[in-house]
Amino acid sequence: MKTILLVDDSRAVRLVGRRIMGTFGLNVLEAEDGKQALEVARANPELDAVLLDWNMPIMDGMEFLKALRAETREKQPIVVMCTTENDMPQIVQAMQAGANEYIMKPFTEDIVRDKLEETGVL
Amino acid sequence: MSPEDYNFITNFLLDTTGLSLGENKEYLLEARLIPLAQAHGMNGIQDLVLSLKSKMDPSLEKEIMEAMTTNESSFFRDRRPFDELKATILPEIIAERKMTRKLRIWCSACSHGQEPYSIMMLLRENFPELNDWNIQIISTDLCSKALERAREGVYSQFEVQRGLPVQLLMKYFEQCEQGWKIKPELGTGIQWKHLNLLEDFRHLGMFDIVFCRNVLIYFKPELKKDILNRISSQLNSSGTLLLGAAETVLGISDKYSKQYGCQSAIYQLAGNAEAAPIAR
Repeated sequence: MKTILLVDDSRAVRLVGRRIMGTFGLNVLEAEDGKQALEVARANPELDAVLLDWNMPIMDGMEFLKALRAETREKQPIVVMCTTENDMPQIVQAMQAGANEYIMKPFTEDIVRDKLEETGVL
Repeated sequence: MSPEDYNFITNFLLDTTGLSLGENKEYLLEARLIPLAQAHGMNGIQDLVLSLKSKMDPSLEKEIMEAMTTNESSFFRDRRPFDELKATILPEIIAERKMTRKLRIWCSACSHGQEPYSIMMLLRENFPELNDWNIQIISTDLCSKALERAREGVYSQFEVQRGLPVQLLMKYFEQCEQGWKIKPELGTGIQWKHLNLLEDFRHLGMFDIVFCRNVLIYFKPELKKDILNRISSQLNSSGTLLLGAAETVLGISDKYSKQYGCQSAIYQLAGNAEAAPIAR
């Protein structure tokens, strides 16, 4: 079973995300901000994917992404941004920083499935 | 809705579009036609039927046909047919056409345009050798409003996230007030035409690839056979037909054979050496 880390400071989004990931048969981990997400990622070297919000307190999604990609890991997880930052410059910035796909909120289950299939997570 | 009105409209749709609703689809007619009736200042479907019978307003007939046409689509819909097009179908056709350097593709029910634009992106991304070829994608649909949207190439945030990798969004779209607009250069080579598949389409000419996906499912078997047989006459000898994931020619038309090595509903003309016989 593949493992995905949901990173979002909104408990409501994490709840919806957990329900959707459950229907996809994924094992789900959660984090409320980028700093917590880095700790979870370090504790789980086999992590397969991250669904990552951008705007969060303490450490935002972009800082997390850059830190994650700078780390030496046996396995770099697929990172799918999932954010209300829906303009082209932000998309370009995230992809250049090492994101693999991009979901613009609000999302639907079909969109999440498409993006996870596109990146080989599903 | 009275049974008489239901029968009148379903027969009208069958005769004019081939759409076979069958029984117990009153909810579908009401959901789509009551708003249309109200927009024309009518009280409901009964008035709509009276107006249809009077034949006073030909534009109303067209609006009813278009209201009942399903225009759901997405970029790279079902993905696998596009993968197989890239890996198997196109390399073979390109090799055969390298002397004429011409490729003609028909999207026979193009809806809002995601299919022809997906094909164009697939060609641009994977077959740069086609850059100086004469590529024609003829995109037809019964619904004029859908064609108008397709030609504009503007899609909502939801639509550009269904089946479209973000790299292609970044490369071939620009953000606009209404959402995301296809860059004009991607539309070069795509021709948009209004067409009812019930009518003669020989004037479109011959094609190397025909997409007829998720449209025949709404038709009765004899009509499916007629359309499939007429499409076979528009295919070049090594041409390819793509149907929707839930569609088949099996038991309907003997003009085709399943494309060897493809898992999607991809067919070649029967008798072509590259095709495998359909298992019965």
